Amino acid sequence: MKKLNIKNMKKSTKSNFITYAMVILVFAVVQFMVSGGMMSSLMQGLLVPLCTYSIVAVGLNLCVGYLGELSLGHAGFMCVGAFSSAFFTKYMVPSGMNETLRFLLAIVIGTLVAAAFGYLIGIPVLRLRGDYLAIVTLAFGEIIKNVINVMYVGRDSAGLHLSFKDKASLNLGEDGEMIVDGAKGITGTPHQSTFLIGVIILLISLVVVFHLVNSRSGRAIMAIRDNRIAAESVGINITKYKLMAFSISAAIAGAGGVLYAHNLSTLIALPANFGYNMSIMILVFVVLGGIGSFRGSIIAAVVLTMLPEVLRGLADYRMLIYAIVLIIMMLFNWAPKAIEWRQRFSLKRLFHKNTEEVQ
Amino acid sequence: MAMLEVKNLGISFGGLRAVDGFEVQIEKGQLYGLIGPNGAGKTTIFNLLTGVYKPDEGLIRLDGEEITGKSTIDINKAGIARTFQNIRLFKDQSVLDNVKIGLHNHYKYSTMTGILRLPKYRKMEKEMDERARELLKVFELEEKENYLSSNLPYGEQRKLEIARALATEPKLLLLDEPAAGMNPNETKELMDTIRFVRDKFDMTVLLIEHDMKLVSGICEELTVLNFGQVLAQGETSQVLNNPEVIKAYLGE
Amino acid sequence: MSFISYLVNGISLGSIYAIIALGYTMVYGIAKMLNFAHGDVIMIGCYFVFTMMTSMNMNPWISLLAAIAGCTILGVLIEKIAYKPLRKATPLAVLITAIGVSYFLQNLALIIFGADTKSFTSIVNMEPVRLAEGKLVISGVTIVTVSVCLVIILALMAFIKKSKSGQAMLAVSEDKDAAQLMGVNVNRTISLTFAIGSGLAAIAGVLLCSAYPTLSPYTGSMPGIKAFTAAVFGGIGSIPGAFIGGILLGVIEILGRAYISSQLSDAIVFAVLILVLLIKPTGILGKPVHEKV
Repeated sequence: MKKLNIKNMKKSTKSNFITYAMVILVFAVVQFMVSGGMMSSLMQGLLVPLCTYSIVAVGLNLCVGYLGELSLGHAGFMCVGAFSSAFFTKYMVPSGMNETLRFLLAIVIGTLVAAAFGYLIGIPVLRLRGDYLAIVTLAFGEIIKNVINVMYVGRDSAGLHLSFKDKASLNLGEDGEMIVDGAKGITGTPHQSTFLIGVIILLISLVVVFHLVNSRSGRAIMAIRDNRIAAESVGINITKYKLMAFSISAAIAGAGGVLYAHNLSTLIALPANFGYNMSIMILVFVVLGGIGSFRGSIIAAVVLTMLPEVLRGLADYRMLIYAIVLIIMMLFNWAPKAIEWRQRFSLKRLFHKNTEEVQ
Repeated sequence: MAMLEVKNLGISFGGLRAVDGFEVQIEKGQLYGLIGPNGAGKTTIFNLLTGVYKPDEGLIRLDGEEITGKSTIDINKAGIARTFQNIRLFKDQSVLDNVKIGLHNHYKYSTMTGILRLPKYRKMEKEMDERARELLKVFELEEKENYLSSNLPYGEQRKLEIARALATEPKLLLLDEPAAGMNPNETKELMDTIRFVRDKFDMTVLLIEHDMKLVSGICEELTVLNFGQVLAQGETSQVLNNPEVIKAYLGE
Repeated sequence: MSFISYLVNGISLGSIYAIIALGYTMVYGIAKMLNFAHGDVIMIGCYFVFTMMTSMNMNPWISLLAAIAGCTILGVLIEKIAYKPLRKATPLAVLITAIGVSYFLQNLALIIFGADTKSFTSIVNMEPVRLAEGKLVISGVTIVTVSVCLVIILALMAFIKKSKSGQAMLAVSEDKDAAQLMGVNVNRTISLTFAIGSGLAAIAGVLLCSAYPTLSPYTGSMPGIKAFTAAVFGGIGSIPGAFIGGILLGVIEILGRAYISSQLSDAIVFAVLILVLLIKPTGILGKPVHEKV
C-alpha cells in the first residue's frame, strides 16, 4: 500500500511553496540576465507570452484536473479578457486617468468579464459530459472569436456606437474614433504588460487555485469529479460548484488575456491566438505538465513555448520536431508499457528495493 | 412517530415493474433489514428513498416530513445518508478528506474565505479535522487518515463509506450490502460497529444484506422483497421462518 | 430560385462533411477516441492527388485511387505507431497524441510542399446540369459529390450489416472486452476502421478541393473540426447520424452565409450545434446513456 504522496496531501503546503519559489527564482534569474545583457531581444519578447500561457494553463488545469471537465474553449475566455480590458483601456486613454490605476482596473475588468462569460456559458454547457462538453466549449470559443471579428464600436461626442455590420453603419460624427474595428481589432493599446506584472498575475493565480483546492469548496469540486453520485448523496450542490470552478478557471484565462492584450499594440482575434488551436495548445501544456499539477502546467508552458525558439536554427524543421517530441513524450508518459518499463528501471527502485509495499 | 414511513411506493422502467406497492415503517433507533433475491428491487428502493429515482407513485415520510420526489441533495439535507453497493468513495482524495466532504453542509465557510485564508478558514478547518478524526476513530481508520482512499483494503473502504455517510449527520442511515466482500471476521467486526453506531449516534439504520448471519444477528425487523413486491415483513426470526421466504430463497 | 441553389450548395458541402464525419464517427465508436489528425489525413490525400496530377501528369482517377491507398496506409500506420500503445491510457492522453500527429502531418506537408496555397484542378469535368430553364445550375462537382456521398453511406451501412468484419466492428464498439472474449480480433478491427476512415478521407479531400480549389497544409483543419461537429451533431458513433449531421451542417453553413452574415457563418453553425446538444445531449440519433447506481 502506498501512502498518499506528499504532493497530494492536503496539509502539505510544501509543494505550493516550491512552486512559488520556482516562479520567483526564474523571475530573478531572468531579471539578472536581462540587466546583464545576456538575453537576446527575441527571448525577451517571449517573456510576457510565457507568463500569459502559464496563467491560462493554470486556469485550464483547474477545469481539467480538478473539475474533471475537458474544455477546448479557454482561448475564448482569454479572448474575452483581452478585448474587454483593451476596450476599457482604449476608452479611458483620452480621460487622462492614472496609467497604473487604469491598468489595474483593466486587469480586474478583463478577469471579471471572463468570469461572467464562464458562468453564463457554464450554465448550459456543464449539463453535458465528456466529449460533448469539450466540443460545445470549442464551439463557444469559436463563436466568441467570430462575433468579435464583426463587432464595430466607435465613439463620438454623442457617445458609444455599436454595430455588427460594418464601420459605416456606426454613423460616427466628425470627431468619431473607432475603438473596436471589426476584423482589424483594437489598435493603439498602450504597452503596459511587463514581465514583472506577468509574474505577479501568475503568482496570484497560483495562490487562488492552491487555496481553492485546499478549501471546503475545492473538496466539493473534486468530490464531483471523483464521483458525482456520491457527491450528491452527501448533499453537495453539483451545479453550484461546477459553475464556480468553471468560472474561476475562465477568470484566470481572462487575466492571461489581459496580459496578452496589453503586450501588443494591435489586438486582433485570429484563429492563431484565440481560436481552438490556442485552446488546444494550452491543453497540451496542461496534459504534458501533468493533469492536476499546476507547477507542471507552468513548466510545460515554458518549455514548449521556448522549444521552437531554441530549435530556430533548424528553420523549417522545428515545428516538425516539436510535433515528434510531443508524440514521443505522450507515449513515454502514458503508454502502459512505457510506465511499466520506467518503473522497472527507476532509480528509486534500484536504490531502495523495499520502498513500495505490495498489497 | 415513525422515523421512516413509506406508503405504496412504486416505479416502472420501460414496462418493467421494478418496485410495486412497497410499504414500510421503521421506528427511531431501529436496525431494520431489507433482504431478497438478486434483482428483487432492493437497491431500487434505496435509490427511490434517496431521490436518485423519482417514484411513479407513493409517499415517503422521514421523521414526519414528506420527502417524496425531492432531489438527492435535499433528501440528504433532510436526513438520509447512504452507502453504495459498488463502493463510491472519492478515490483520488485522502481518507480524511472523504469524511470532510461529508461534513460539507455542517461546517460552512465561503469560497472567498477559503481563497483568502481568513481566520474563519483556519478555525473551521480545524473543527472539521477534529470531527472527521472522531468519526474515523469509530471505524478504526484514524491511523490511515492520510492514505488515498482507493489504497485502503476493501473492508476499510466500506467502513469509510459509512463514516462519510455519518458525517452528513443523518437521521436515517441506508447501508447497501455493507458486508459484501468481507471475510467472516470482518463481518463480525462490522456487526459490532453497526450496533455501536446505532447506540452512540442514536441512529436508525436500514440495511440491504445477503449475509444471513449479519441479518439475523443485528436486524430487529425485516422486509423480504421478491419481484419488486413485499413478500414478508415483521420480526426477524418470524420472517426468516416464514415458509414463503424460505421458498423464495431456496427455490423449489 | 436562389434559395434552391443555396440549398443545393449546402447539400454538396454537407456531403463532404458527411464523408469526413464518417471517419470520426467510426473511429470514435470503436476506439472511443477523437482522432484529431483525421482532418490532416484529408489534406495529405489532396496533396497526393495534386502531386500525381501536376508533377507526374497522371490520370486523375488513377491519382485518386493511389491517394485512397496512400491515406489508408497512412491511417493504419498512425494508429499502430501513435494510438495503439495508448489504448489503455486516459482518453485525454490519446487526444493530445492525436493533436501531436495533426501537427506532425501539417508540418510535414509544410516542408515537402511549402506554405504557399496551391490551386487545385477539379478532377470532375462533368458538364453542369441546367434546370428550370437555365435558372438553376447544378455544377458537375455538386452532382458527383452528393452521389459519391450517398453511395459511400449506403455501402458502409450494408458492409456493417452484412459482412463479418462489419459485425466485428459493431461488437467492438458495443463492448471491446466482450468482443475479444467472443473471438473477435480487436486489433485487426480497429486497424480496419482506421483504414476505412482514412480511405474515405482521401475521397472527401479530393471532393473538397474540387469544390473549393485551394490547397495548403491547413486545408484539412477547419473542415475536420466542422465534420467532427457534424458527427457529434448527428450522434457520435452513428453512421446515419454522420450523414444527417453533415448535410444539416453544410446547409446551415451555406444558408447562414447567404442570408445572415458571411462572416458569422461559422458562429451560426456552432450555435446550432450548441442548441441541438442542449435539447438532445447525445445528438440527433445518439443513444441516451444512463449511469447505473
